[in-house]
Amino acid sequence: MERVFMKGNEAIAEAAVRAGCRFFAGYPITPQNEIPEYMARRLPEVSGHFVQGESEIASVNMVYGAAAAGVRAMTSSSSPGISLKSEGISYLAGAELPAVIVNVTRGGPGLGSIQAAQMDYLQATKASGHGGFRMLVYAPSTVQEAVDYTCKAFQKAEQYQSPVLVCADGCIGAMMEAVELPEMADPSPMKLRFFAAEKAGETRLAVTSLLTPDETQEEFNRLKAALYEKWEREEVLQEEYLLEDAELVIAAYGVTARVAKTAITVLREEGIKAGLIRPVTLYPFPYASFDRLDYTRVKQILCAEMSIPCQVIEDVRVGVANRAPISTVLHSGGVLFTADDIVDAARALYRKE
Amino acid sequence: MEKVYQRPKTLAAAPTRYCPGCMHGLVSKLMAELVEEYGIAGRTVAVLPVGCGAMSKNLFTFDVVCAAHGRAPAVATGFSRCAPDKIVFTYQGDGDLGAIGLSEIVHAANRGERFMTVFINNSTYGMTGGQMAPTTLVGQKTTTTPLGRDPLTEGYPMKMCEILSQLEAPAYIARFSLRTPAGVRRAKEGLRKALEIQLRGEGFAFVELLSICPTNWGLSPENCLKWMAEQSEKVFPEGEYSRAKEVK
Repeated sequence: MERVFMKGNEAIAEAAVRAGCRFFAGYPITPQNEIPEYMARRLPEVSGHFVQGESEIASVNMVYGAAAAGVRAMTSSSSPGISLKSEGISYLAGAELPAVIVNVTRGGPGLGSIQAAQMDYLQATKASGHGGFRMLVYAPSTVQEAVDYTCKAFQKAEQYQSPVLVCADGCIGAMMEAVELPEMADPSPMKLRFFAAEKAGETRLAVTSLLTPDETQEEFNRLKAALYEKWEREEVLQEEYLLEDAELVIAAYGVTARVAKTAITVLREEGIKAGLIRPVTLYPFPYASFDRLDYTRVKQILCAEMSIPCQVIEDVRVGVANRAPISTVLHSGGVLFTADDIVDAARALYRKE
Repeated sequence: MEKVYQRPKTLAAAPTRYCPGCMHGLVSKLMAELVEEYGIAGRTVAVLPVGCGAMSKNLFTFDVVCAAHGRAPAVATGFSRCAPDKIVFTYQGDGDLGAIGLSEIVHAANRGERFMTVFINNSTYGMTGGQMAPTTLVGQKTTTTPLGRDPLTEGYPMKMCEILSQLEAPAYIARFSLRTPAGVRRAKEGLRKALEIQLRGEGFAFVELLSICPTNWGLSPENCLKWMAEQSEKVFPEGEYSRAKEVK
């Protein structure tokens, strides 16, 4: 494996190409512009296709078309653009088309700050569009993980014929780190099967998210519900850090988890036994990591997130189930965490004990 | 006895499910005939967005990809770029193409994408029950313009051929009226030109077909045709608006 120094956004783009992506459509939006720019020059080198869409809506629908043709396809955007793509993401889910969507998130509702933040947790994990579908959501905390989980996203999208989201904050997109890139995967077309088409006895390619009669739609919805339960059993990824003796557990994902690790080092030097649960898949959420904590020892849970209000807390609460108090330490709008922010918040909690 | 005319194999032996007097079934047949005539059923893909025309999913026997409302040109862009051996057409109504999907059709046309669009203009939203479309005529009563379309508040009918013909890239842009058998024959020849442009890989082609909606116009099919002659064709004249100056 070659080791190169790359910016997060470009690393995501190269990882996609190596995972077999041969179609990309996207619309300019900060802070992810390096992804379409990289794809514009890179995809033609591998006989792939790049289209600058006239909008996020058009771009995600181009991806829908490419996926219908059996080609591994990706689109990327940032928060406001993901809202626009929601329609297409729902159609991808409804039509059982694989695709990878990258959200390099930014800082608030509406246009929001263009700086790094983690303001899209609930949208990413609960409803990235209408119709009650779910997506696997990967949240890398390093550029290497951005590479690894982009590749994994393509594998899972194809395996489950579903859209998959890589949810990277603006820090991951903008920072440069040394990464190992994987070998080129086989880009030959995907072999796709469609429930609706098979149900209707179709022998031709028939891609649709309009399922008739009503019983077929209900059966489809039941199948997908079962799939999401399977994901909750088999696809959960998390990192547990220094939990063995932890009395204070920090819950953080993405780049915030890296800052939390530094904070944990400082806290432990002071005798505060801190640990970390880092959801790697935001959906399915690692509830079990919180469930199996020894609450005779764990006295405090601290959610650190670049989101105000805190969004990840809604899932942390489910996992903790009232067995320990949950506090938050938050930034957003592009204000980044320092380790001191988390150390100070943890110290204050510890003193209360 | 020699059989001189029969249903093309590219058209399912099934009821169209269209309302009496509707011309969608006719256009489905024209496309199915052309696909059969050129022997391209194995490599033709219809991209069908939302609207009455989407029911042709079960009329065509060749490949279909159903798209979101208005997004067929974007879906066709992604599909045709990834499948250069396929012959791709979108089949879109006037609300779909002229309102919610205006951006998608203009930009796909402007990129000269390698597909053709069959655009059915019947001046209304048929499937949702007869609301005002971008192509609704001035004064035309619809469920959302109960007193008739008032240009002061609802603007004027949008002429898609004329709008798109301002672009450099499209290889062919034409409008035909399906009011008479002669018009249907002209329409088929227009569709043939657009299809041949696809076979030659020359880029985007657009054929608008002036049609009717007896159910939502509240007129008998016969009176619909009369209204077409007196009203629609005056606003939407037949013609070839843009033809490729050179092979691109």
